[in-house]
Amino acid sequence: MSQGAVDVRGGLKLEGLVKRFDDVTAVAGIDLELPPGKLISFLGPSGCGKTTLLRMIAGLERPTEGRIFLDDDDITDRPAYTRDIGMVFQSLALFPHLNVAGNVGYGLRIRGAEKDRISSRVDELLTLVSLEGMGDRRIQQLSGGQRQRVATARALALEPRLFLLDEPLSALDANLREQLQVELRLLQQHLGITTIIVTHDQREAMTMSDLVVVMSAGHIEQVGPPLEVYRQPGSPFVAGFIGRTNLLRGEAAGDGSVAVAGRPFDIAGEADRTGEVTLSVRPEAALLVVEGVPERNVLPGTVVFVRDLGELFECFVDCGLDEHVIVAGSPRDWVPVQQGAQVAVHFPAEACVVVVP
Amino acid sequence: MSERERPSARTYGVLAFPVGMLVIFFLIPFGIMVATSFYHRIEGAFYEPAFELANWQRLFQPVFLERALFSIGICLLAGFVCIVVAFPFTYFLTRMRRRPQVALLIVVLSALSLSEVIVAFSWYILLGRASGVSNILVWLGVMNEAAAYQPSFAAVLLGLCYIAFPYCVLTLYPQLTRLDPEITEAAQTLGASPWRTFWTVVVPIARPIIVAGFLLVFVFTLGSYIIAFFLGRPEHWTLSVFIADQASANANVPFAAAMAIFLTVLSLVVVALVGFIESRTRTT
Repeated sequence: MSQGAVDVRGGLKLEGLVKRFDDVTAVAGIDLELPPGKLISFLGPSGCGKTTLLRMIAGLERPTEGRIFLDDDDITDRPAYTRDIGMVFQSLALFPHLNVAGNVGYGLRIRGAEKDRISSRVDELLTLVSLEGMGDRRIQQLSGGQRQRVATARALALEPRLFLLDEPLSALDANLREQLQVELRLLQQHLGITTIIVTHDQREAMTMSDLVVVMSAGHIEQVGPPLEVYRQPGSPFVAGFIGRTNLLRGEAAGDGSVAVAGRPFDIAGEADRTGEVTLSVRPEAALLVVEGVPERNVLPGTVVFVRDLGELFECFVDCGLDEHVIVAGSPRDWVPVQQGAQVAVHFPAEACVVVVP
Repeated sequence: MSERERPSARTYGVLAFPVGMLVIFFLIPFGIMVATSFYHRIEGAFYEPAFELANWQRLFQPVFLERALFSIGICLLAGFVCIVVAFPFTYFLTRMRRRPQVALLIVVLSALSLSEVIVAFSWYILLGRASGVSNILVWLGVMNEAAAYQPSFAAVLLGLCYIAFPYCVLTLYPQLTRLDPEITEAAQTLGASPWRTFWTVVVPIARPIIVAGFLLVFVFTLGSYIIAFFLGRPEHWTLSVFIADQASANANVPFAAAMAIFLTVLSLVVVALVGFIESRTRTT
């Protein structure tokens, strides 16, 4: 492998990228600088423009406005086949007329590499994705996971500066998907290649990424490391999209206290804020209290529904808000409650994150 | 033996319809034709049941063998020309936006409503001296005087390609529509220019359907006789022209039947041969 830790190619910069299809704006002005060697995920619901953004980076879609720089080269006007990128498509797009080795070696063959060099490189790549000795198989004979690996090997064959993946695991079942997420992440860390993965699955983004770019309606909502985005969501959209959350609307007094549904709450951060605020509290950070109810940061309510997911208990509580409050906990520290029970939900001050000014 | 292995009466019932159709509309007529080919022709009248090999012996005269080879040659050429034009045409058609795509498809398919006679006559006029396309070139000053482009080999080939083209497009269209655009995009991200993508990905994937379209044009044009008759000299006539001539003008139905069977067998041999080559050279 010629890729190593010293390789710092693959820094990407997007400047004012806009893409309009007729009268639909798919990408509405994106500025972004991505560090080399990292795994970045574009996360958002379908139709948020994440795939269009990826396709513009790959050169499969021309931006209406804006520039794309790869290691300070302006590649905006370069066609896809001169861009030095590897891509895994949502449909995987394997060539049905070629066998596994033919698929993986396609790029080298196009470059006019010698036969020996192609076959040794193909073997190397197949080993890398744990498909040793399967070069002679036909694509139709492979399982979904194996196809995914072939697509990965094919995209990496030319040692591209940028590795792009467009919802690469969406066709696989849940267990296999999680396994491949870990494998892909380990592979990316091993090669140190700048990688962008488009996904609508926040677990996938959290599992794999160094950096998450949350998108909605053609623009960026928030950029940050996965845990930061999870713990400090910048908007109700991000809070709701990255995992589930309870949103509490209230009035901030400016002294670190907020009135939610007429009850006093303390917040840990942004104490000087005044006026209307929305607090985000993760289900696992909220607590059910039956006795010894604290005076502050508490909403009383009725248990509507309880479910035992084995690894997790979940309780839906009607606290008189627009939506049910969700409280989640591990079986170890779970207070047994019944449907219809009168309880109080405690939202610890350090768990209340202000998401809307 | 289990119930599943024994075909039930229902299975036979379902098969009865297609088998019946085949027997009534193909096997029986073909059998009659085979029988007729051994009948005795009465000079100046019609024919009578008999068993003689005269018609078959006559068939193996050099002139008819040569016509048969010519027919196969020109129809293979028509198949080749049709594929060379129709494949890129259909490919780019399927990559177009919906609205112009449908419009263009309707134009191409509307050519199917023209009978072979009308097509032959139209080309006869267009390629003729009196009011053909060369008059436009004269008017534009490109040429000095009008010229006739028929009868000629090229005119026959053109006519054959014209009537077969829509069928060729119709054969290629469904498959090419289903070709995942991400496959060609994948080739491009791997460094293949659009031209190389076309040759290394699109054409190989579409190979079976290309062969099917080619054979369709071959078989279809082999049966055409009006085109060759109108647009060609006798040396450009296909065997079909002679079959029609013998059957209708000379009223020699037994000989026409022998020639028709001969042509059918020859074309089946060619189809089998092409199919065999295709399956043997398919990349693994």
